[in-house]
Amino acid sequence: MTDKYTQFVSRGLGRDIAKKLGLPQPVELRRYRPGQPLIEGPILVQGAGAGADELAAALLAWDLDVRRHAVPREKLGAIILVLDEVARPEDLERPVLTAAASLRDLASGGRVVTISRSAAEATDPAAAAARQGVDGLLRSLAKELRAGATGNGIVLTDGARTTSPGTLGALRFFLSGRSAFVDGQFLTVTSDAGELPADPEKPLTGKVAAVTGAARGIGAAIARTLHRDGATVIVIDIPAAGDHLAAVANEVHGTALQLDITREDAGQRIIDHAVQRHGRLDIVVHNAGITRDKLLANMDQSRWSSVIGVNIAAQLRINEALLASEHFRTSPRIVSVASTSGIAGNRGQTNYAASKGGVMGMVRATAPLLAEHGGSINAVAPGFIETEMTAKIPFATREVARRLNSLQQGGRPGDVAEAIAFLASDAAGGISGEVLRVCGQNLVGA
Amino acid sequence: MPENGTPAPGPQDSVAPPAAPVQQLRKAVVVGGNRIPFARTGGAYAKSSNQDMLTAALDGLIARFGLQDERIGEVAAGAVLKHSRDFNLTREAVLGSALSAETPAYDLQQACATGLETVLGLANKIKLGQIDSAIAGGVDSASDAPIAVSEGLREILLDLNRAKTLPQRLQILSRIRPKDLAPDAPNTGEPRTGLSMGEHQALTTAQWKITREAQDELAYNSHRNLAAAYDDGFFDELITPYRGLSRDSNLRPDTTLEKLATLKPVFGKNLGAEATMTAGNSTPLTDGAATVLLASEEWADAHDLPKLATVLDGEAAAVDFVHGKDGLLMAPVFAVPRLLARHGLTFDDIDFFEIHEAFAGTVLSTLAAWEDEEFCRTRLGLDGALGTVDRAKLNVNGSSLAAGHPFAATGGRIVASLATMLHRKGTVDGRPARGLISVCAAGGQGVVAILEAH
Repeated sequence: MTDKYTQFVSRGLGRDIAKKLGLPQPVELRRYRPGQPLIEGPILVQGAGAGADELAAALLAWDLDVRRHAVPREKLGAIILVLDEVARPEDLERPVLTAAASLRDLASGGRVVTISRSAAEATDPAAAAARQGVDGLLRSLAKELRAGATGNGIVLTDGARTTSPGTLGALRFFLSGRSAFVDGQFLTVTSDAGELPADPEKPLTGKVAAVTGAARGIGAAIARTLHRDGATVIVIDIPAAGDHLAAVANEVHGTALQLDITREDAGQRIIDHAVQRHGRLDIVVHNAGITRDKLLANMDQSRWSSVIGVNIAAQLRINEALLASEHFRTSPRIVSVASTSGIAGNRGQTNYAASKGGVMGMVRATAPLLAEHGGSINAVAPGFIETEMTAKIPFATREVARRLNSLQQGGRPGDVAEAIAFLASDAAGGISGEVLRVCGQNLVGA
Repeated sequence: MPENGTPAPGPQDSVAPPAAPVQQLRKAVVVGGNRIPFARTGGAYAKSSNQDMLTAALDGLIARFGLQDERIGEVAAGAVLKHSRDFNLTREAVLGSALSAETPAYDLQQACATGLETVLGLANKIKLGQIDSAIAGGVDSASDAPIAVSEGLREILLDLNRAKTLPQRLQILSRIRPKDLAPDAPNTGEPRTGLSMGEHQALTTAQWKITREAQDELAYNSHRNLAAAYDDGFFDELITPYRGLSRDSNLRPDTTLEKLATLKPVFGKNLGAEATMTAGNSTPLTDGAATVLLASEEWADAHDLPKLATVLDGEAAAVDFVHGKDGLLMAPVFAVPRLLARHGLTFDDIDFFEIHEAFAGTVLSTLAAWEDEEFCRTRLGLDGALGTVDRAKLNVNGSSLAAGHPFAATGGRIVASLATMLHRKGTVDGRPARGLISVCAAGGQGVVAILEAH
């Protein structure tokens, strides 16, 4: 269900009024459903060079309607702007302005995806400028897109190509309805690691995944999405949430593990449960989190320590157990839930933001440790998501909060879950140490 | 309903091969259990029916062990206080759960021994090779108790149903008197003596000269042990919260011997100074449900499930309380030595004693009887006293005085907890750890069992 305002302005009189008054006009986003085509309409691959040619060939192999030249006034499903060869800022002009001519033909729910090289790796100042320029370009363009269209970018480091599994995996994610609420974001592909799924509808077949905080909200959505994608799911939550947890477990045909993740032996308990009941453990999603909001001037010890304890200390301790375990060695995946509060800050949430900032630091430093085993760790930072928790925010505050992004609406728990399911998949093998925001390009914290 | 609630049609037997008859008995193992927290009557579950609670306990078990859409060999459960509409209580609970709708079920009723008897009956079927998996359980609600119309009104209504003409019907209706309209609520009175269970136990407690202090101490230990078990996370794998409750609501972690000593006697008041039984050392009326997953070793292995303990054996006994030969709740006193003898065991071979605390006086009278040389010689036919139960091995994670006692659910609570304790203990002096369960029941009955660590 979309919110009432979105329903009102999406048709008839409401649409006309909103248009005349210049009010936000959010639309219902194109969200993934099994059986849905990757994208409706032709895909324009813009850009000259071997990288663009190879990418176009790879997309053709997926039986997509790929165009190298736009036909004016023909609706496009997506525009892929391949900028991997730009060496100087001036090099951006031609491909960017050519693509610009097609922007008005982008269908609602369409996609713009840039593919460029890492500015951090450029030693030549002009190349660094050109590459970094893509960042500003894409983020601004994403804010100009309307009608549920999004713009996101893929950054390649020296070890990655336009046709690396990670690049194609990220591209599929950005083109599909799975990325509906991801806007103005970049994913960096660092290697040729990873593998595209045999069945794109079931990318997690054969995998065993553990999800913490799975009794309700975003955690329950993650469990459902991983199950839908083919994984066997272990749902974990504190014993007091056991009744909701059991309902989720039974819905996703998984097993329920009532466990306080702050327990010293939590990591081992998760591994033992996974190995005994399901024979393996491939994916761990650190979703459990709490808020104990208070201005720092009024903060007490228990508010501070409980938030740090659950949101980051427990994750670190569980990861230590995972890294030490021989049962977590075959392309293991860890995905943590961070928060845009940890990036942009949020009044009254010093403890929470410290813990979520901590998650991002942990992810960056853990990535090389998992790389040894072909593993990866990433974080997803949700923005305003419509949950039981955000439903308790006073009406006016909530109404403002959910409009403050490029898509002018709140995300759904399932949107966060889709990003996590992608990062947990083999296709995301070449992506590690990253933080992907699922925030509709929130205007704060850019 | 599970997401894929509509299984593809096909013959049931294609799901799994039928259990094969065996020449030699197999082992029946306890895989684990699940119960909802027990609630004092009129509390958190006041509006929950037996079927609601049993379904919740089943669904928690299914979630813990990943049994969604599984066709279990058989499910047996029961309730002591049961509505007549619940003639198929267990089967209805199964249909409302996430189990395969092709799972058969039956109801069983043996008063407070119902839960333990479902475990023993189903374990026997597994041992015989009739089934490979089973769920045993029990449920009771004293809050949602059935209330019947009076016997007078019932006869009138039945006559009315048989009447054929209007004048006949009017004539029958005119027989109704105001007293007929009083409802008939269930009580714990014994039909043959008219005495309540508490009054019966008060006689036994006095007969065995059990002191008030000893009873209060047992109650105190029950609360203390149960609270410690919760704090240890012992119940994380045994309980699924229900209706906002995540611990037994009768539990008083902060109770003291001094507080218990202030309570006034509620049973045996006609005994004067010998009245020792209070609300503190007797179990309260409680609502709740418990389930236990049983399996053959092969089934547990094939489903990657734990094997906590084996159900070694069980024994039932009954006493002639009607003529005052023995106390109403003393039947386990007779069942235990028979069961031990069958396996050549003594109390020294038992590591955990789980003696259901219907009343503190029941447990202490039972222990006293086993320590009494004269009684053991004359009534149990032994050479001397059966023995002394080491208090350090008695109800170590609390029992009914603290947890409460929803009659038919108590057996499942004890079996699942004991199996977990045995599994953790592992072996003792090179042999599997062993636990004895003793449950007394209305009608002068008792059922006892022995479990061994797997």
